[in-house]
Amino acid sequence: MIPAKFDYVRPTSVEEAVTALRDGGEDAKILAGGQSLLPVLRLRMAAPSVVIDLGGIPELRRIAEDGDRIAIGAMAAHHDVMRDDLVKQHVSLLGQATETVADPQVRHRGTLGGALAHADPAGDLGAAALALDAEFVILGADGTRVVPAAEFFTDYFTTAIGEAEILTQIRFPKYTGWKTHYEKFNRTAQAWSMVAIAVALKVDGGTISEARIGLTNMGSTPIRATGVEQALVGQAAGKDVAKAAAEHVTEGTHAPSDADAAADYREHLAKVLTGRAVLTAVG
Amino acid sequence: MTQVRVTVDGVNYADEVEPRLLLAQYLRETLGKTGTLIGCDTSNCGACTVHLNGRSVKSCSVLAVQADGGEVTTIEGLARDGQLHPVQEAFRECHGLQCGYCTPGMIMAAVDLLGDNPDPTEHEVREGIEGNLCRCTGYQNIVRSVQSAAKNMKPGAVAQNAPVAGGGN
Repeated sequence: MIPAKFDYVRPTSVEEAVTALRDGGEDAKILAGGQSLLPVLRLRMAAPSVVIDLGGIPELRRIAEDGDRIAIGAMAAHHDVMRDDLVKQHVSLLGQATETVADPQVRHRGTLGGALAHADPAGDLGAAALALDAEFVILGADGTRVVPAAEFFTDYFTTAIGEAEILTQIRFPKYTGWKTHYEKFNRTAQAWSMVAIAVALKVDGGTISEARIGLTNMGSTPIRATGVEQALVGQAAGKDVAKAAAEHVTEGTHAPSDADAAADYREHLAKVLTGRAVLTAVG
Repeated sequence: MTQVRVTVDGVNYADEVEPRLLLAQYLRETLGKTGTLIGCDTSNCGACTVHLNGRSVKSCSVLAVQADGGEVTTIEGLARDGQLHPVQEAFRECHGLQCGYCTPGMIMAAVDLLGDNPDPTEHEVREGIEGNLCRCTGYQNIVRSVQSAAKNMKPGAVAQNAPVAGGGN
């Protein structure tokens, strides 16, 4: 199938893009990498009147050091994020999660900002962004505002981005030297996460001093597993500790039941995967 | 209608297209490059894989207008002076195809993979072609083909008349 007709604009600045979005009304749609939007358009699950392509704004692809943070343009491609030296050094969890997204072709086109704005609860990058306390820079007609990750994801495919606003940048604090791992469970190549666990641990002399755990596909949004975090902090990084902490992973979750897995199976998976993720992270 | 200017397999084109036209359709229907196939409606199969600005993409998931100003290489642009690309040659030698429908996309994905990683392990080959499905399930020989091509593309392994796409960058 082919998409329904739409008008197409390719602005060359973010300000121009915001104006186009406002002028386009409620049926206007932002096109980032298109790896979710184009399949949706082709299946006629959406038929926007105007598609605003951010592909003509090179500054949105930039990955740069910004003081004690790494600032990633919303249009940075997955491939570029996971290969970036700053990301590898300071935000390794994001790189690890990004490596598991879809397949090489999709990672060449798909973007960090596009995936986060799409906010599929089975998407891999939300859990990492949430665990790492990322900040979302959002531009609207009235200027820029910054939304913390804890307030960004509001429901299934729904975020804090307003109707005439655009996500322009995602900023991550530096987690230099932290032990990280993204443990993803899916059935086949390319498949979405059935469940996945994003883990970042600060380990000092064999003891976990800080822990950040994000969950993929255990509710309508990415979820922070604070119970697991609390159970890990102050403990020696080892098998028994990981297993005991993992028992807390279902606290506050609302695992979905669908064709891939029932909720109770997802809860079981989450516990097993959390243990695995913690042990892999600490190596 | 929107104008798209694009270089495909070394030739410059300028066309007025509907914004909703997919790159895959533009290649096949406007330019007649039917070597690029469309195998699914869900962006999973990878049969339509081409290179856009040196990277493999699924051309069913890119609008033609998004390729404006870019350079596209299709399966039809791999051979040079009548000589098959080493990856094409390897698929022939190793019987890397059964029905052949996935082959153009498999080869384009493999060329990209080898440009990025000239000496992949079997596991890396399987991960590298993760975006391409063979409905005949002929993966064993596809993986062998890619590994054989990697061997043949090593510097000094075979005489090359011209640099080949994906032969390192």
